[in-house]
Amino acid sequence: MIAAKDVGKRFGDAADGVTAIANISMNIAEGEFVSLLGPSGCGKSTFLRCLAGLEQTTGGTLLVDGKPIEGPPERLGMAFQRDALLDWMNVLDNVLLPADFSGGRRREFEPRARELLKMAGLSGFVQAYPRTLSGGMRQRVAMCRSLLLEPRLLLMDEPFGALDALTRDQLNVDLHRLWTQLRMTVVFVTHSISEAIFLSSRIVVFSPRPGTVIEDIQVELPDERRLAVRETEPFGRYSRHVRGLFENMGLLHD
Amino acid sequence: MTEASRGYAVALRRKALPFAGAAGFLLLWELFCRIYQVRPVLLPPPSLIFGELAQSPLWFAQQTAYTVGITLAGFMVAAILGVLFAVVVTEWKVLDRLLFPLFVALNSVPKVAIAPLCIIWFGTGAEPKIAIAFLIAVFAVVIDTILGLRSVPPDILDLAHTLRGSRWKVLTRIKLFCALPHLFAGLKVAMSLALVGAIVGEFVSSQRGLGYVILSAQGMFDTPRVFAAIAILAVLGVVLIELLDFVERLALPWQHITGRATH
Ligand SMILES: Nc1ncnc2c1ncn2[C@@H]1O[C@H](COP(=O)(O)OP(=O)(O)OP(=O)(O)O)[C@@H](O)[C@H]1O
Ligand SMILES: [Mg+2]
Repeated sequence: MIAAKDVGKRFGDAADGVTAIANISMNIAEGEFVSLLGPSGCGKSTFLRCLAGLEQTTGGTLLVDGKPIEGPPERLGMAFQRDALLDWMNVLDNVLLPADFSGGRRREFEPRARELLKMAGLSGFVQAYPRTLSGGMRQRVAMCRSLLLEPRLLLMDEPFGALDALTRDQLNVDLHRLWTQLRMTVVFVTHSISEAIFLSSRIVVFSPRPGTVIEDIQVELPDERRLAVRETEPFGRYSRHVRGLFENMGLLHD
Repeated sequence: MTEASRGYAVALRRKALPFAGAAGFLLLWELFCRIYQVRPVLLPPPSLIFGELAQSPLWFAQQTAYTVGITLAGFMVAAILGVLFAVVVTEWKVLDRLLFPLFVALNSVPKVAIAPLCIIWFGTGAEPKIAIAFLIAVFAVVIDTILGLRSVPPDILDLAHTLRGSRWKVLTRIKLFCALPHLFAGLKVAMSLALVGAIVGEFVSSQRGLGYVILSAQGMFDTPRVFAAIAILAVLGVVLIELLDFVERLALPWQHITGRATH
């Protein structure tokens, strides 16, 4: 579905610019869950924004469904670190925003929006304003919004980065279950090694800036994932391996 | 005292406090005038000013209504045209470059100096006064609305972009709402300025309104009457701003919610 070949992105002009990413090559097949893992500032968000059509690449080729990206691809869902909810709309209207923006199909999608909110355990907060919700609830609303139009491609930039550990674990479980049911393609940026292993079918590790792929790891864990999977031996092996990569980059020392 | 009645008492005290401040100020003023026997032509005591108001309340009410009408008309025109101009300037970069510097330059001309011109252009009815109130008030609306329209968080603009919304949807669902708190700040300034503009207009030429009352009473050295009009203007300013506060609370319900749900 996604084909990146030597993709680079440079901000600013040649003299005093920043090369955020360089020579990124990877293929992502339909239905994969790929986590991008790497040190802060290595260009993970930049790569994701290129995929979303929010930034233009300055080198290489980046194709979605065989076509170069010009603007946001169709049936794209996106989740942000700060949930980007609209304070002036209630929960239901926030979830329905994609339907409204894609040509006034609000009424058509209202049952689905309510269904999604019910699955997220937010039935009682349909009419509430975002400001009255906790961080975890807000992020759930944002997830419902990104799922409303049944996206084929879901791009998530550290969506759970600002949450406490417990809420984060719960949302990880929920997201993984959703993905096993819907099997959309997900590209997920995170800082957390264990989150990446828990969620992904594949982990791509980036080097420090300019970011480039230093390892591409297939994660073979049982499809049905419970939090306890994190205490198993295979999980520990993946975790040690990825940590080893970070130590080799000189980013972690004991 | 129960919890509820104590809360009520606190709320009452908070509401009453501004009035207590005003009453204390008036009391000191009255005492000052009496102790030093200040001549009323220079500074009339509050009791005399209230007496002046009580003598012909209906007449004062008519003059006030006229000034309020001018003020609100000028304010409304400033609000509507100001918001439109701000939207046009923020939506089209070319128009921003083309019109905004001109707008700032025109605004730098002292409006009081334009007042006589307005009389030449619009005659001596209500229109020139509304025009002056508008001219003085519009700048605040434009500046604050532009600030508001540009205050959309980058995440939300990105979201709108990925949803492939039309510019019209982005404007009406996102930008205008982001601008509302700033807009109301601008409207409050504009309201005070529109009142100033109305008075200036009435100074220049009028047979009615509080500005006319002040000017004509001053001509006859009727200082208590001048002060009576000024007192009305002071109260009017407060009332008009409170009115806007009330409208703001209605228009931005999401800003005034208390209490949070927890997970
Ligand atoms: N709009 C921009 N203009 C100029 N430089 C930018 C811009 N966006 C990102 N950069 C630079 O590109 C580099 C990569 O940024 P990016 O946000 O992609 O990193 P990241 O891997 O997402 O970091 P983090 O994990 O901290 O979110 C940084 O050095 C940043 O300064
Ligand atoms: Mg980032």
